[in-house]
Parts: sequence; C-alpha cells; structure tokens
Amino acid sequence: MIYKIFKNSMLTIFAAAILVPSSIVILGSFKSDVEIYTKPLALPLHWNLNNFRTLIATGSVWTPFKNSVFVAVFSVLITIFLASMVAFAIARSITITGKVLFAMFSIGLAIPGQVNIIPIFTLFTKLHLNNSLYGLILVNIALTLPISVFIISAFFRDLPKELFEVASIDGANQWRVYRSIAMPLARPAVGATSIFLFVICWNDLLYPLMLINELGKKTLPLTLIDFRGEFATSYSMLFTAIMVASIPMVIMYLLFQRSFIAGLTAGAVKG
Amino acid sequence: MAFPAISIYSFLYLYPALSNLLYSTQRWDGVTKPEFVGLTNFVHLLTNDDLFRKVLGNNIRFTIIVVVLQTSLGLLFATFLTKNTKTTIFLRTVYFFPTILSSVSVGLIWTFLYDPNYGFINATLKAIGLDKLALNWLGDSKYSLYAVAFTQIWFHTGQMVVIYVAGLQQIPAELYEAAEVDGATRWQQFKNVTWPMALPTTAVVVAYTTIQTFRAFDLIYAMTQGGPLNSSDLLVTMVYNTAFVGYKFGYAATQTIFLVLLVMLVTWLQRRVLRTNDGTKK
Repeated sequence: MIYKIFKNSMLTIFAAAILVPSSIVILGSFKSDVEIYTKPLALPLHWNLNNFRTLIATGSVWTPFKNSVFVAVFSVLITIFLASMVAFAIARSITITGKVLFAMFSIGLAIPGQVNIIPIFTLFTKLHLNNSLYGLILVNIALTLPISVFIISAFFRDLPKELFEVASIDGANQWRVYRSIAMPLARPAVGATSIFLFVICWNDLLYPLMLINELGKKTLPLTLIDFRGEFATSYSMLFTAIMVASIPMVIMYLLFQRSFIAGLTAGAVKG
Repeated sequence: MAFPAISIYSFLYLYPALSNLLYSTQRWDGVTKPEFVGLTNFVHLLTNDDLFRKVLGNNIRFTIIVVVLQTSLGLLFATFLTKNTKTTIFLRTVYFFPTILSSVSVGLIWTFLYDPNYGFINATLKAIGLDKLALNWLGDSKYSLYAVAFTQIWFHTGQMVVIYVAGLQQIPAELYEAAEVDGATRWQQFKNVTWPMALPTTAVVVAYTTIQTFRAFDLIYAMTQGGPLNSSDLLVTMVYNTAFVGYKFGYAATQTIFLVLLVMLVTWLQRRVLRTNDGTKK
C-alpha cells in the first residue's frame, strides 16, 4: 500500500516535471510576454501564429533553420557512408588489417573530442574553413566517425560470415557485397545510428560557437543563444524559436520512436 | 574502402589531438608568433591557478551530484516501469522526451523557470506562501551550480530509465518468483535480485553519466556561462573561456590535456570498482 502510493506519486511528479515546462513553452509560443509572466500555464487568450510570423518576418530564424538542416543531413549521410565502409572492412578482413583499423578508431573513442577544440580552431582558421558550413560538416564527420564505426561494426560482427563468403564465391566484388548484402541487412543499425548522429549534429553548440560568427552562417543553437541577448526579456519570441528548433526532432521522435530510443541508447551504452 | 574515412579521421582527429600536445608547450594568443615555454603551462596549472582549482572542485561536485541522483532515479523509475503496459510505455516516452531536445533549448527553458522575478518556480513558491524559498537560483553563486545540476538531471534521467529498463527486462522472472516463494519483501527483492543483476547496467550508466558531466558545455553556456563569479564554471567552459575570451591558446591546450587525462583516470577507476563488485572479473 505504502509502496503503491510512493510509486504512483513519484511517477506522477516526474511526469509533471517534464510535461509542465514543455506545456509552458508550447503554450507560450502563442502568447504575449505579459501573458507568459502572469499565466504561464493558462491557455493562450488568442490562438494565433503572430509570434511565428514575427519571427519569420525578422528573418532571424529561417536562415539558421536551413543551415542546421544542411549541416545535419550532410554530416549524417557522409559519416554513415564512410563509417559503414570502415566497419565492413573491419568485419570482412581476416588479416591483421581489420584489427589495426579497429584499434585506430578505438583511440578516438578513448580521447574525448574536446581535446581538439584548440587545434581544430587553429587548423580551420588557417584553411579558411571557419565561417563555413562545409567546415562544420567536416568537424562533425571527424568527431562522430569513431562512435559510428564502433556501433556499426558491432552489428556486422554478429552477421554470419557465410553470407559474405557465398556472395564472394558467386563472383561479387567487395563493393557489390557491401552494397547489396551488408548494407540492406544493416538497415536497423544504420537507422538507429543515423538518428543518434542527427541529434548530435542538430543540437551541437560548441563547434559552431567557435567556428561561426558570420550572421548568415549561424545554426539554430547559436541563434537561440543570440536570442537571449537580443530579446533579453522577450520569452514569447524565445519560446517560439525553441519550438522552431525542436519541432523537427519531435516529429522524428514520434515517427521513429523505436529507432530513436535504440539509437540514443546504443550511443550511450557503446560510447 | 576504408581509405576516405581514414584520411578524414587522421587529418581532423588524430593529427589535431597530437598537435594539441605541441600547443600545450607554447605561450600563444592565437594571433602573434607562438613562443615555446616547455612545461611552464603544466606547472602553472597544477601549482598556481586558483581558478582552475575552483573549477575542478565545481566539476567534481557537479559530477557526483548528477551521477548519484541520475543513476538512482533512473534505477528507481525503471523498477516501476519494467513491465510493458500502455501506461509504462507512455511514461517511458514522456520521460525520454527531454533527451531529444538540444542542451541550448533546455538551458533557455530553465533560465525562464529559474528567473527570479517572472520565473515559474518562484511564482509557484510565492503563490503557496513560500516566499522565503523564492531564491535567485542562477544569479546567486551559492545556488547556481546546484540549479544547473538539477537541470542536467531533468534532461537525462529519462535516457537512463530506458537503459535500465532494457537491463532489468533481461533478469529472469524465476528469480523474483523464487524470492517471493521465500517470502522476500519488495526491498529484499530489490537488494538481492534487482541490484546485483543490474550491476552491469549500472556500470554503463555511471560511466556514461560521468563522461557526460566532464564534457558538459552547451547547457552551462546557455544558462550561466559559468557565472556568477565562476560558481557554475566547469572544465570545458573554463577551457573555452581561456581560449576565446582570454586568448591564451597554449594554456587552454594544456587544460584540455589535463581534462582528458582526468576523464581517462576516472573511467578506469570506475571500471575497476564496478567490475570487482560484479565479481565477474578481477
């Protein structure tokens, strides 16, 4: 009995702790600042998209949105493509090469990416890759390759070796085996890894903060940070911008919940 | 086939990591010619840097608070939600939800909640007559670190619940049945079945959370930027400020090397402790 009461109240409190702030933000994006301060949890007086219109009219959110999509999509696609090829090479190689490759990328897992803050900044400034979305994509690829290789090669290792051998005997070359056998089989692992990477790239602040200062090149997290200063007291604008930044993730979460949880959990467990 | 990945990885990960060693031996403002100073940076960091000592203390406190609370809450909620029913699946989905948001969004949402004048927390406290508890959460150096740690826990506990649920579902039901037959109470069941069987998962959760707290940057930067008076400054925010506010690039490189060594040492220690407890490896 006491256990039941304890359990249910704990579960309710934590659910409320998440749902209340989320509702404040969602409802707040339809409110004026005064309404947010006085009645943060009440339904908005007027359901209209004025805040969204203002935000789009000032142009402060649309460009960063496009930049974020561009950077995240290409970072993920390229990383998955490169990492799956490495993972395939590791899984297929019976010689020492596979082990060396694996060890090489394991080093990256052992050294946290933050060690590269200073050298990446100086290197990218030298190469004029600062203030460039391509530069950000390159950073994302380099930083997420080790973990991606790790997750995907763990998946390949569990596949029966015979699958590949039969194909090789039938005369398929490595590229063919990779494309027509390995990748289709790896779809669940690749899907989960992609979502994991997408969340990282979409949400990253540190590297954009270091590398980007041109207004037209900013990503969403950077823009949100600027908002705090620019609209110092305007929480209605801030909440609307947070909505814009979060909606793609929320939609993906609702659509691909399983892969989402699998991806973010695998990233934690294996990383 | 592996060639393109190897070249990008070597050029943009391994080579920078090595060149960081070189930078750590230099005095350099990022603009003028770097000057070789040997191990001066390391000596200064370890013997003569009050800010560094303070920040290291902050980070250790932050890590302990977050690891202990996040792990125990994660395990607690996971024991409540192990079975798959409509309600438990719904609650797991709700709890996991913050994980998909960006640290910046979460940080800014909580900046509003903590706002001393207009914020939701203080408004609620005042409404129920607890005016005394309506503190300046982020603006007072006494509370800022704890306020940020609380947000971090809010942010990531759901992810730990999901990891724990996956672990707890692997525990054979017969063990609980046998315990019940023996008349074990709920607490005894937890102590003698759940806890030992979940130890490998605990090892993962603790290691992951520890690394996460030593790498924390985005959330702090969005909420306090380490202030007031460096009270919520953590190692990575300190490195960032050393380099991009103080323009001491060589010294910042030294700090990152210390950070990496520290993370490696802590994870190695944890692995040893949790393995010995586990009894599988010595």
